[in-house]
Amino acid sequence: MSRTADFIEMKVPAKPEYVGVVRLTVSGIANRLGYSYDDIEDIKIAVAEACTNVVNHAYEENENDPLMMISCGVYEDRLELMVADKGGGVDVETMKDGKGPVTSDQPIEELREGGLGLFLIETLMDKVEISGDSGVVIVMTKFLQRDEVEQNGNGISTEAPKQ
Amino acid sequence: MNLKVDVQEEGHSRVVYLNGEVDVYTASTLKEKLIPLAEETNKTLAVDLSNVNYIDSTGLGIFIGALKCTDKSGSTLKIRGANARVKRLFEITGLSEVIEIDTEQREEA
Repeated sequence: MSRTADFIEMKVPAKPEYVGVVRLTVSGIANRLGYSYDDIEDIKIAVAEACTNVVNHAYEENENDPLMMISCGVYEDRLELMVADKGGGVDVETMKDGKGPVTSDQPIEELREGGLGLFLIETLMDKVEISGDSGVVIVMTKFLQRDEVEQNGNGISTEAPKQ
Repeated sequence: MNLKVDVQEEGHSRVVYLNGEVDVYTASTLKEKLIPLAEETNKTLAVDLSNVNYIDSTGLGIFIGALKCTDKSGSTLKIRGANARVKRLFEITGLSEVIEIDTEQREEA
């Protein structure tokens, strides 16, 4: 049984300089919820990858007001992050086809410089859904492993981080 | 949220010291410095990540680009000093299979 969620929404310009802002905001939310250091880093990368996709691919260069919408659903047992755009610059199926890790049996000149972003999102998060017609919507979920974290009601740890 | 790129000659190697975060905002700074170095022939190009606390696929993509250049120019690309988090990303994405990652240089803080 999960209680009513808290929602946090951000609407920011789809520009490179705002990806870090979103990343740090989401990091703060995850930290408040008591995620482990490694989980917070995973969440930061996943949300940054989703935003980077929007910045790089969603909008035409002459788009007037390119925006990315980020919403965080804060549940008792999980964090649900949604990243959406209104660009329509990306075909969802093509996007899904192009992903995957690098393998050493590929010749170096054939390695692709893109395609790692979505692969990382799917690897680092517990559940990922991608949809959309006019614009892409990525919903990604990270569950909170309660057993692995010390109960920490005020969100401030008294112990130094592991690393 | 910035990235500083310093290049130093160390013996026969060029070492590129990165300090900060490598993401979609700082990527062009890195690319502009690293790619021309990777295009030089018969050199060893090392990228020191000791002071990098965040990197994502944009940064990894630049290393793939640099690897293609060094492969063509007869040079060698090495990554060193990556912390456990950064190293893990190289492993997950398979980049550690194609780029030499040297972790001896760093003691975990």
